[in-house]
Amino acid sequence: MNNMNILLFFVDCVICNNFIFSRFLGCCPFLGVSSKVETAVSMGIAVTFVMTIASLFTWMVNTWVLVPLNLRFMETVSFILVIAALVQFIEMFLKKSSPSLYRALGIYLPLITTNCAVLGVATLNVKNAYNLLYSVLNGCFGGIGFLLAIALMAGVRERLESSKIPESMKGFPITLVTAGLMALAFMGFKGLV
Amino acid sequence: MSLRLSTAPHIRSPRSSTRLMLNVIIALMPAAFFGVYNYGVKALMVILVSMATAVLSEFSWQKITQRPVRIRDCSALVTGLILALVVTPETPWWMIMIGSAFAIIVVKELFGGIGDNFLNPALAARAMLLASWPSVLTTHTAIVSKFGEVDAVAMATPLASNLEELGIKFSYMDLLIGRIPGVIGETCKLAIIVGFVYLILSRTVTWRIPAFTVLSAFVFAWIFGLDPLYTILSGGLIFAAAFMANDYTTSPMSSYAQIVYACGIGLITVIIRKWGSYPEGATYAVLFMNLLTPLLDRYIPHKVYGHKKTGEVKAQ
Amino acid sequence: MSEKTRLGKIFANGVISENPTFRLVLGTCPTMAVTTSALNGIGMGAAATFVLIGSNIVVSLLRRFIPDRVRIPAFIVIICTFVTMIQLLMQAFLPSLYESLGIFIPLIVVNCIILARAEAFASKKPVLASAVDGLGMGIGFTLALTLIGIVRELLGNGSVFGVNVLGASYDPMILMILPAGGFLTFGLLLGAFNAIIKKLDRKRMKEAAE
Repeated sequence: MNNMNILLFFVDCVICNNFIFSRFLGCCPFLGVSSKVETAVSMGIAVTFVMTIASLFTWMVNTWVLVPLNLRFMETVSFILVIAALVQFIEMFLKKSSPSLYRALGIYLPLITTNCAVLGVATLNVKNAYNLLYSVLNGCFGGIGFLLAIALMAGVRERLESSKIPESMKGFPITLVTAGLMALAFMGFKGLV
Repeated sequence: MSLRLSTAPHIRSPRSSTRLMLNVIIALMPAAFFGVYNYGVKALMVILVSMATAVLSEFSWQKITQRPVRIRDCSALVTGLILALVVTPETPWWMIMIGSAFAIIVVKELFGGIGDNFLNPALAARAMLLASWPSVLTTHTAIVSKFGEVDAVAMATPLASNLEELGIKFSYMDLLIGRIPGVIGETCKLAIIVGFVYLILSRTVTWRIPAFTVLSAFVFAWIFGLDPLYTILSGGLIFAAAFMANDYTTSPMSSYAQIVYACGIGLITVIIRKWGSYPEGATYAVLFMNLLTPLLDRYIPHKVYGHKKTGEVKAQ
Repeated sequence: MSEKTRLGKIFANGVISENPTFRLVLGTCPTMAVTTSALNGIGMGAAATFVLIGSNIVVSLLRRFIPDRVRIPAFIVIICTFVTMIQLLMQAFLPSLYESLGIFIPLIVVNCIILARAEAFASKKPVLASAVDGLGMGIGFTLALTLIGIVRELLGNGSVFGVNVLGASYDPMILMILPAGGFLTFGLLLGAFNAIIKKLDRKRMKEAAE
C-alpha cells in the first residue's frame, strides 16, 4: 500500500503537478539553460540533486530548530542560507571527490542557489506539512519533473534551430509559446492521481 | 542539422507536398461524409468553417509577416478538416474559428510554417478548445436518428465515465460502424479504415506507426484489465492512429523510434482512459509523444527495420 | 545634466528601456504564476517594488563595507530581510491577497531582478540613485504583471480587477487562467512587443537617414 502511495506521489509530482508546467517553479533555468539537450540534462540532474538534499536539510532545520524555538517567521531567511551553504558544500565536495562530475555539473551549481524551485520545494514541504520521507521524495520527484520538462524543451528547441521562426518571436517568446503548448499536452494527465 | 532528412515520403518541395496533402484530404472524405450523414448540416457547417478559417488565417498571417503565401500546398486545408473531425457537431462557429486560427497561427506559423511545427496543429487546437470550454466539447449530441435506435438528444460518448451508471453499453458492431454519439469524424471506424487503406495504397504514409499504436493499445488495455476490443474501437484512437500519429513533421523518423513512439501513444491512451479525468486519451497521448519525438530521434539509433525500400539515410 | 533629469532617466530606464519583464525577461516565475488576475499582478508587483527599493537602499549604504567575496550571500540576507518584512505585513493587513499569491511572496528572495539590481546597480551607485532605480524597476515590473494579469483575467474570466466587463453572455476561455495560458500569453505579448519595438526602431533609423 505504501509503495502504491509513493508511486502515485511520483506521478503527481512528475506529471500532474510538474514543477514547471503547473507550479511555475524554476522557470528561469528552464527558459535560459534549455537550448542544448546535454546541458539541459546536466542542469536537470544538478537541480534534482540539490532539491533532494535541500528538502532533507530544510526539513531538519524547520522541525528541530525553527518550530521548537518558535522562529517560524525566520523560515525564508534560514532556508535560503541553508540552501546557499549546501550548494557551496556540494560544490567543494564534488571538486574533491569526483572531478568528472564536477566538470559536468559545476558551472550550474552557483545558479541553483537562486533557482526558485529549490527554495520553492522547501517552502512547499512546510506548507503541506510533509513528513521527512515525503519532503525528501517531494524534492527528488519534483527535481525529476524539472529534468523531464527541461529535457523535452531542449529537444524541441534544438529542432527549432533550423526553423524559420519570425524575427521578433526568436528567443524567449517562442520558448514561452513552446512551453505553453507543452503545458497544454501535459494537461491530458489531469486527474490521474 | 541533418536531423530532418530521413525515411520515405519526407519530400518537402511544394508540389509533392501538395500531392500528399491532397491524398490525406481524399482519405479523410469517408469519415467526413459519414459525419455529415450522421449529424446533418451542423457537421457540414463545422467542417466548412474550420477549413475556411484555417486557409484564411494562413493567408493573412503570411501576408502580414510578408512571407511567401503557401496556402496552395493545402496543408491548412488538412489541418482545418482534421480539427473539424475531432470536435462535436455542436461546436459553435466562433469556437471552431478560434481553434482553427490557433492551430494555424500559434502552433504552425509561429514556429516557421509547414514542416517546422513540433506538435500536430489540429490536436493542439483541440486540446486548447477542450481546456478552454470543457463543457461544449464533452457534451455530445446523438446522431440524428438515421438508424432509429439511438435518438436521445444529448448523451455521453461510449467513453464517458458515468456510462455504466446510465446502463448504456454499445456493441462492437455499433462502435465499428459508428452508430454512436461522438465527434464528427471519429465515430465510424470503418470509414476511417477505408481512408487509411487509401493512404497506404497511395504511399502517402507507412503502416508502422498506426499499426503499432492500435496494437499496443490493445495489449496495454488487456494488461490493465480493460476490454481490449472495446478500447481500440471506442473513442478517437483509430482516427488518431490513422491520421494524426503519423504526421510527417511531428513523428520520429527512424523505425525503432517510430515503434517506441507508437507504443507510447497506445500506453498513454490506455492510462488516461483508465485513470485520467478526461474521457478520451488518444489526443493527449499523441501530443505527449510529439513532445518526445526530438529526444526519440536523438537517442534511438537509426536502423533499418523490415525491407530495404524505406531507404534509410545514415544518421549524421 | 541636472540631478533631476538624471534621476528621471534612471527611473525611465527601469520602466521602459530595461523593463525587467519585457526587455530583460527576468523573474519569469511570478510573472506567469500569479497573473491569473490583474489584482494579483499589482499585488505581486507592489511587494517586489517594496523589496527592490529597500534592498537597493541598504545595499547602496553598505556598499563600502561588504567584502567583495561574500557580497552575494550578504545581498541575499538583505533581500531576505525585506521579504520577511513584506511577508509579515501582508499577512497582517492583506491576508486574502497574501493567500492568493501563496509561496511566491517568500520566493521574491530568489527573484533574479532584485539580486541583479543589487549586483549591477546598487552596489556601485549612491543611495538616492539606487532608490530611484529600485522604484523604476519595481514599477516596470508591476506594470508588466498588471498588463499580463488584465489580458488573462479579461479572456479567462471576462472581468478586469474583478469587475465583469464582457457581460454574462461571454463564455470565458478558461485556458487563459491555467498555467498553459500563462506561458502562451507571456510569450505572445513578448513577441508582440518585440515586433512593435523593431518597427519603431526601423522608423527612427529611416528618419535619421533622411
